Amino acid sequence: MSVVSDVAITPEPESVTSTRRSGSVLRDALSLWRTRIGLVLVVVLVAIASFGPYVAPHSPTAFVGPPFSSPSANARLGADYLGQDVLSRFLWGGRGILAMAALATAFGLVFGSLVGLLAAYSRNWLDDVLMRAMDVILAFPQIMLALVAIATVGPKAWLIVLAVGLTTLPRVARVTRGAAQPIVERDFVGAAEALGVPRYRILGRELLPNIMSPLMVELSLRLTYSIGLIAGLAFLGFATSTNGPNWGTMINQNRIAIQTEPWGVVLPVLAIALLTVGTGLVGDGISRAAAGIDRGRPSE
Amino acid sequence: MHSGGIWGFILRRTLLGLLVLAVVSVLVFAATQALPGDPARAILGRSATPESLAALRAKLHLDQPVLQQYWNWVTGLLHGDLGNSLANQEPVSTYLKPLIINSGFLVLLSGIISIPLAIAIGVWAAVRRDKAFDVGSSLITLLLAALPEFVVGVVLVVLFATVVVQWLPAVTQVPPGGKPWDDLKGMILPVATLVIAVTPYVARIMRASMIEVLESDYVEMARLKGLRENTVILRHALPNALGPTFQVIAINLAYLAGGVIVVEYVFNFPGIGGALVGGVTNRDLPVVQALAMLVATVYVVLNLIADIATILVTPRMRTTL
Repeated sequence: MSVVSDVAITPEPESVTSTRRSGSVLRDALSLWRTRIGLVLVVVLVAIASFGPYVAPHSPTAFVGPPFSSPSANARLGADYLGQDVLSRFLWGGRGILAMAALATAFGLVFGSLVGLLAAYSRNWLDDVLMRAMDVILAFPQIMLALVAIATVGPKAWLIVLAVGLTTLPRVARVTRGAAQPIVERDFVGAAEALGVPRYRILGRELLPNIMSPLMVELSLRLTYSIGLIAGLAFLGFATSTNGPNWGTMINQNRIAIQTEPWGVVLPVLAIALLTVGTGLVGDGISRAAAGIDRGRPSE
Repeated sequence: MHSGGIWGFILRRTLLGLLVLAVVSVLVFAATQALPGDPARAILGRSATPESLAALRAKLHLDQPVLQQYWNWVTGLLHGDLGNSLANQEPVSTYLKPLIINSGFLVLLSGIISIPLAIAIGVWAAVRRDKAFDVGSSLITLLLAALPEFVVGVVLVVLFATVVVQWLPAVTQVPPGGKPWDDLKGMILPVATLVIAVTPYVARIMRASMIEVLESDYVEMARLKGLRENTVILRHALPNALGPTFQVIAINLAYLAGGVIVVEYVFNFPGIGGALVGGVTNRDLPVVQALAMLVATVYVVLNLIADIATILVTPRMRTTL
């Protein structure tokens, strides 16, 4: 699923265009169980990814036993395809994915919302030009564009971040434009224009605060996809380093021995699954709170 | 709004799709130009003589201006001539043809299963809104939609082909020259992975669209006329709710065209996914370019069909044209 999509996971995307303040939306979202569970998952996995390297018993590239050997006192969860410690590589393996996914999502969100706001506010040829340019990027599945880029330059970290960010951009731009269009027509925007408020301040002070809820939903949704995409590229063999510790790479390296030594596959699969489910749940919680669906029964 | 009625609409959308594809082709072609180094040297290796390099450059038309090279490439594409693979010197079209058929079969089979399934889940969840089925299916589709497809694939392998039980093969084994339908058992897990990856989206959009329609005035009107609930749902609500779903079906079929890349790799399925990963690893740009153009074309065409189908099946939208 990570490759798609212009379709939000949100059940009622069109009703997200609420003008409720982002603070109260977040507070409402936190009163939902799904948001809390999602948040706990995200916090735990981010903690493992960030602090894991400090508590890892071995270096991720140290040899601790014969390849695919079973758990022992030295290697608690066994050894991988080269005889490296599975537990240590797991503890090291989330950092890179998480950092790259965060950067790519930030890139897509910042420039995507900028393009969307400009398009919605301009209401003229600029709108058409911007959105047709977005259509060109949308003509590729996200992973396809990343693979074309990697074929040309090689699996560099900056390139993967840029490719994932660039393919996230038009998806965010579409949502932003859709959410901002009805707000552009409102009186306070016309009033600000009449007062001669500069354009960038209208975009930043009048429009942006009113589309924070859909943007927060987009943030968690796009982060979910970026994590899956970057881990997926590593799984295909396109990580920044061929033997660097990386959850995606680990799954691919150890899956031939999945039957005798499953930890090397099961741990990273669980980590990626729980992380993406966590960000997905948080996104769904925010979108429900923004739509006010559960206002009457906040704790489900 | 716009003029020209339904045919004007179709014409405008088609032209727009062609424009997008033209820009896409420039981007994909530009990827070759960004390649560091000389393709002729990459093919012939370090020991090549200047004469043989010059001869190969002339043969590959590398000595011509960039615009001429682009024109040659695009006209070749339109005639089905995709150039030769840099890795094995075989014509790209010969190499890719059987793989495209295999992947097409995988996508088609997954689509045939997932789309009706998703529509049924979405409609039933909307009709039984906030009841047990709706709450349960909403949660399950939410969780599944968040999982990357290679994770779904590997989990299925762990559950059904290796660690837990060994009922199904973990890889699809198509003999050389054979077809994937020769190994239907080996296709169960790849198809299941794609179905699990794609169904949640269509189901969620279908549900949202159906709820909106069920709350509309004309459904209320049909109910007030005293029509039976089944008639209201199937004859009045469903056709209007299907409109937006066509978009989603198209997006998801197009998504399948991208999703197969990773899923095929998980199951070692002989399709475009393996060819693409191999092409990227070997920097075999003609293969990568051909597949990029193929997938982009599929995307654009499916979206075009969806836009037109939406207008045609949605009774209330025909009048706004």
